[in-house]
Amino acid sequence: MGVASRFILRRRGGKGWHWTDIVTWLWLVGGLIIMFGPAVWLAFSSFKTPAALAEFPPSILPYVTQQATVQGYDKPLQLFEAKLPDGSTRVLAEVRRIGVMSQMVDPKTPGEIIKVNMNDRTPVRTLSFATENYTEPFVHFDFLRYLWNSVFVTVTATLITLIVNSMAAFALSKYEFRGRSVAMLIILATLMVPLSVIMVPLYSIISSLGLFNSLWGVILPTVATPTGVFILRQYMLTIPDELIDAARMDKASEWQIYWRIVLPLTAPALAVLAIFSVVWRWNDFLWPLIVLSRRELYTLQVGLSIYSGELNVQWHFILAMTVVTMIPVVLVFIFLQRFITTGIAGTGLK
Amino acid sequence: MSTTTNTSRLGSLLMAPVHLLMRIIDVPLRAVQKATGISGMAAFFLAPNMLIFGIFVLLPLVINFVYSMTGGTAFFLAERNFVGAEQYSRLFTCGSYLDPMSCQEDAFWTAVGNTFWFVILQVALMIGVSLITALILNRDLAARSFWRAVFFFPVLLSPVVVGLIWKWILQRQGLLNFGLYQFGIEPYTWLTDRNWTFAATIGVSIWAHMGLYTLILLAGLQAIPKDLYEAAEMDGTKPERVFRRITLPLLAPNLLVVVVLALIKAVQIFDEVYVLTGGGPGTSTLYLTQYIYETGFASALRNPGLAAAASILMGLVLVVLTLVQLGIGQRGEKKGKR
Repeated sequence: MGVASRFILRRRGGKGWHWTDIVTWLWLVGGLIIMFGPAVWLAFSSFKTPAALAEFPPSILPYVTQQATVQGYDKPLQLFEAKLPDGSTRVLAEVRRIGVMSQMVDPKTPGEIIKVNMNDRTPVRTLSFATENYTEPFVHFDFLRYLWNSVFVTVTATLITLIVNSMAAFALSKYEFRGRSVAMLIILATLMVPLSVIMVPLYSIISSLGLFNSLWGVILPTVATPTGVFILRQYMLTIPDELIDAARMDKASEWQIYWRIVLPLTAPALAVLAIFSVVWRWNDFLWPLIVLSRRELYTLQVGLSIYSGELNVQWHFILAMTVVTMIPVVLVFIFLQRFITTGIAGTGLK
Repeated sequence: MSTTTNTSRLGSLLMAPVHLLMRIIDVPLRAVQKATGISGMAAFFLAPNMLIFGIFVLLPLVINFVYSMTGGTAFFLAERNFVGAEQYSRLFTCGSYLDPMSCQEDAFWTAVGNTFWFVILQVALMIGVSLITALILNRDLAARSFWRAVFFFPVLLSPVVVGLIWKWILQRQGLLNFGLYQFGIEPYTWLTDRNWTFAATIGVSIWAHMGLYTLILLAGLQAIPKDLYEAAEMDGTKPERVFRRITLPLLAPNLLVVVVLALIKAVQIFDEVYVLTGGGPGTSTLYLTQYIYETGFASALRNPGLAAAASILMGLVLVVLTLVQLGIGQRGEKKGKR
């Protein structure tokens, strides 16, 4: 324990506590709470029943009040732990409330009614996870469809991105030809053209191609990412040209050189691009919102936003669906965070 | 040992059809190569990417100008009538330029005003927070990569999820009211208050994006040579002076890049705000991208031409910012060469 705390509280120099050390720790612990807290709170909330969600003040963990069916009463009654005038506490079921007085019965002897002040009773609660929040949306909201649409868009777009971008990067890094710098310039220039600037004409192009209300209409405009070409080209420039010349002497075709030599050697950069692409496409929102107007085509993000914007928001379902939407990204974060952070720090791109 | 050979065997089994496919593709491609020569193959490799670029980026860019000069509600260009600069003059028709409500397109000017204040406040606050975080993470910390990951976590979350998380926290039974309730403050519906909602969009977008900028700044801090600090320490320089004279000047290029990058992103803010507030209450959090989206697609009185004109104006701002960024990058490179 001593070793652990000494390790965690290690400071510069090892002299006494400086005010900056205190600021550092306040900042870090505060950051931990502010960054993770909201997501954890959401995850806990997603296991609450609608009744528990409407409570104020809310509980952190998902509790439900215990109920019991008592002989002589049709509906199940809520159980309370009541403090009686004689100082003893008993578990009682509430029949009705009149003002601040609550009429209660003992579930074992339902005949006799006991009057208890409202402030002298606390509900009996147990930890319980409302897993139906997760299972029901599959039936109610076509949730499985949205999940499938999102997976399809993400996987297909990422595969096409990898192939198309790596081919372009190969051409731009390993061939001398007229117009190479022009092509490079065009690709870099498109970094300046975000979706919000071209959404109106892009929509008209998509609909004239018959891709409106089609998942391909979501996929195709996103796959030729300038960032991807850029990352892969920088990496391919480090592959020695001698390797390619040797393969040509062995009568390898250009396609074989690309497929069997360059691509395997570019694997680390391809992996980084694949991670980025998965996160980008999974999180895309505005473009799918424009292209998809039929419910059965919604991706998770679009479905979530539409349902959360409805008049009667069914928060217990929304929260559970949000957690499911978060899962792939959290997995990427846990296992591949290192690749992403070094990727961003190295290129400054996201 | 045996498991690794098993997985690699499984991998090669799965890849077998792909390899077969590539071999089949190779046959016609060899013929193409024979006809065009090796350099001709460069065009072949470049073609798919450039084709997609051309259709989905360059072409829209060009016809955006045509759109902005046509009227009507139809989306097909052939069905639209030429109106010249009417859409632009409509955007700029104002009784008084200081009052958005006096303009013909009051929503546009409201969005411009909102976006302006949002960009200024969000970028200033976010860069400040990111810089402090980066400086703290650059200290001799235990488990630095863990702490770095903590601040980076929300960057990967989808904007929709970010919007929903905070909508859930800011609602009446949410975590914020719960926290304040502990101090005896009555619950409040934050997202129905114009000022609080505006502040919430700034806070939430900082929460979601600061990790990215922290990461870039941290990389910049770590690139500052350690011996400079050692020399300063030997001279007994005060920490404040070390920060002003060593850290800040050497971090300046990174800081500039990060500011411009943050500006470019902030101007386009849409997703998380759309989910969190929907632009409301009223028009208090209506930002430019949402104005373009609603004018072009969502409203009953949609006017694609007007949306295109507005998007071109926004594009101009972004082009200027990007050119500034490229300029900074080139100056940095030149300095590096010297």
